[in-house]
Amino acid sequence: MKKAVLILGAGSEIARAAAAAWARRGYAIFLAGRDVEDLARSAADLRVRYGVTTDHAVFDAQAEDSGRIITDAVQKIGALSGVLIAFGDNGDQRRAETDDAEALRIMDVNFVRAALMAAAAARYFQPLKTGFIVGISSVAGDRGRQSNYVYGASKGGLSLFLQGLRNRLAREGVHVMTVKPGFVDTAMTFGKPRLFAVAAPAAVGEAIVKAAERRRDVVYVPGFWRSIMTVIGFIPERVFKKLSL
Amino acid sequence: MSKGAAIQRFLTGWGRRVGGIADVERPTAIRALIPQGPSAIARGLGRSYGDAALNTGGRVWLTERLNRILAFDPTTGILQAESGVTLSDVIALGLPHGWFPYVTPGTRHATLGGCIAADVHGKNHHREGGFGEYVEQFTLVLADGKRCACSRTEQAPLFWSTIGGMGLTGFIRDVTIRLRRIETPVIVRQHLPARDLAEMFRYFETPEFDDVYTVAWIDALADEKSLGRGVFMKGHHAARTETPPDRQSLAWQPTAAWTVPFNAPTWLMNPTTIGAFNRLYAWSQARTTAPTFSTLDAFFYPLDRLTQWPRLYGRPGFLQYQCVLPTATAPTALPDILRLFARHRCPSFLAVLKRMGPEGQGLLSFPREGYTLALDIPAKDPSLLPLLERVDEVVVKYAGRVYLAKDCRLKAATFQAMYPRWETWRSVQHMIDPEHRFQSDLSRRLQLTAV
Repeated sequence: MKKAVLILGAGSEIARAAAAAWARRGYAIFLAGRDVEDLARSAADLRVRYGVTTDHAVFDAQAEDSGRIITDAVQKIGALSGVLIAFGDNGDQRRAETDDAEALRIMDVNFVRAALMAAAAARYFQPLKTGFIVGISSVAGDRGRQSNYVYGASKGGLSLFLQGLRNRLAREGVHVMTVKPGFVDTAMTFGKPRLFAVAAPAAVGEAIVKAAERRRDVVYVPGFWRSIMTVIGFIPERVFKKLSL
Repeated sequence: MSKGAAIQRFLTGWGRRVGGIADVERPTAIRALIPQGPSAIARGLGRSYGDAALNTGGRVWLTERLNRILAFDPTTGILQAESGVTLSDVIALGLPHGWFPYVTPGTRHATLGGCIAADVHGKNHHREGGFGEYVEQFTLVLADGKRCACSRTEQAPLFWSTIGGMGLTGFIRDVTIRLRRIETPVIVRQHLPARDLAEMFRYFETPEFDDVYTVAWIDALADEKSLGRGVFMKGHHAARTETPPDRQSLAWQPTAAWTVPFNAPTWLMNPTTIGAFNRLYAWSQARTTAPTFSTLDAFFYPLDRLTQWPRLYGRPGFLQYQCVLPTATAPTALPDILRLFARHRCPSFLAVLKRMGPEGQGLLSFPREGYTLALDIPAKDPSLLPLLERVDEVVVKYAGRVYLAKDCRLKAATFQAMYPRWETWRSVQHMIDPEHRFQSDLSRRLQLTAV
C-alpha cells in the first residue's frame, strides 16, 4: 500500500523537517496550514527533492470544521498511514496573566484543538486497525513554570490526552506517539536566551520520523531532554518556587 | 505560529575582521518579507569576507530558512529555487541527474542569492563567464514590498543592477538558473610547477595548457628572483570515456568536514609557519605532473573540508585582498603588487591567480578581462591597511579593480575609479529604492546608498 502522511500545521519548521524525513522515505505528503502560498512552496520542494506525491490545503485549527481536513486529504492523496499534529502557539504568557482572551486562545490552540484533531485522526484510523498519530507536545508540559505555564499547561494537557488515547488504541493497532521537543532552532526560540544548545530542525524531524517507525510512545528530541526533565522533575516545589524558571 | 521577532546580534564578515550589531531576523515564509525599519540587507551563509552582509544598526535578514527548491527539469537542467538554497543543495539534487553548477566559487556553502549579489566567478571565467551568465530570471522584493520579476528581457536594467549589485536593489527571492551537463563526477586535473611569473603566464596563455578550469597557486613569500613561483592547475569534467568504470556513479557523496573548534592563538599564522606550509603545499601539489582523477569536492572545495577555518587566524581574523588587472597591464602590475606584499613579509596562504574573460553586463560585477589575484592575510598587523592602500593605487593605475565581496576597507573614491559603471548603477538603484531601505555597511562605506 502507498504510504501517506497528513501534516497539520505544516508551516512550522519542525513540521517541515518531519515532512522532508517522511518524503525521503517515499511517503506521499499532504501539507495543511494557514499560509497556503507558502505551503505550495514547501510542497514543491518535497516533490522536486524526493520525487513524492504531495498536495496541500488551507487549514485553521480553530475553525468550526477543522476535522474535515482528514477526509479532504484522503480524497486528494488516498488512504493515510499517519497524521502529524504540529500546530501550536507559544502565545504571550505576560499578556495571558491579565487578558483571559489570550489565555483562552493559547489553551484552545495548543490543547483543545490539538486534542480534537487527535480524536478525529483516531476515528479515521480505528476502523482501519492501522496507522499512527504523532502529536507535538513540549517539555514545557512536564512541569508548570512561572514563565510559561499557560502554554505549559495546555501542552501538559495534550500529553495526557495523547497518553490516554495511546492506551485506548494500543489494542486497535493504531499507534499514538507524543513528541516533546526541547529547544529547537526555530522561529519560536530564535534569539531567545537559552541554557542548553539548540537542535537543528532537520535533526529533530529525522528523530521524530525514526521514533514513529520504531513505535516509540514518548520521545524527547533531542534525547538528552529526557534526563534534563527528570532532574527538573526532582526539584522540590519549595525550591522550584524560588527559581525564576 | 508566533512570528520570530528581530533580535540583536553581533555579526561579522567571513574574514571576521569587521562586524557590527544588527537587528537580525530569520524569515521562514515569504509573506514575512516586507522591508521594515530604517534599512535592511539580506545575508545568506555569511561567506562574503568583508562588510557586504553587515548592516550595523539596521536590519539583517538571514535567508537560510527560505531554502525551498521550487522546480527542476532533469532534461534541461533548469532549476528554480528560493534564494537561500545553497550550491550544496543544487549539487545534491542535480548531480544524480548529471547536472552541476555552471559557475561555482571556492565554497559550496554559498546561497544562490549570495552568488547573484556578488556575481561570483570560478576557475572557468576566462571561458564561460560569471554566475550571472547562467541566471535566467529572479524575483526581487522591492523596497515598497512589491514583487518584480527580472530577466534579460523584463526589467533588464534592474536585472543587471542586481547581478553583482551586493543585495542593494531588493531582496532576491526566487531564482532560476541553468546548470551544466556532466557525464561523470570526476575532474581530470593536472598540476604544473612554475618557477616564476613569466612561466606562470605562459601556462595560462598557451592553448595547449588551457582547460575549462584553470587556476594557479602562488607562493606570496617567494623572493625577487622567483617572484610568482607556484603551481598551475587545470582541469575539466571527465567524459565517460576518460573515466574508470568504478568512478562513474553520479551518486552524491559529500566529503566529511572537520571543524576548527575554537580560535587559534594569534601567533599561529606567522611568516615562518606560513612559509613552511607554502613549501610543503608546493611540494605536495607538484609531486606529479601527469593528469590525475579528482572528486568534485577535492577540486572545487578544498577549504570546505575545514568548517570554520577562519578561526585559524585567531581573534583578529584575516583580510582577503582580491583584485583583477587587464591582460595588457598584468605582466607589469602583478610583479609590482607581489613585490609590495613580499617586501612587507606579508604572510599569505593561498595566493591565488586566475584568468578572467570579458566583462559581463552586471553594472557592479567584479570580473573583467585579465588576471585576478587573491590573497588571505592575517589582520593582526597594523601596517596592513596602509600597505593595501598602496596596492589599491597600483590597481587603479593599471585599470584594475578590487572585489567587493572580499572587501572591508576600500575608500569610496577608489571604488569609483575602479568601477566606471557605478553611476549608472546608482541611478537605477536610486530610482528603485529612493528612500534607501536597502543598505549595508559596505554600501554606506562606498557611498552607494545614503551616507
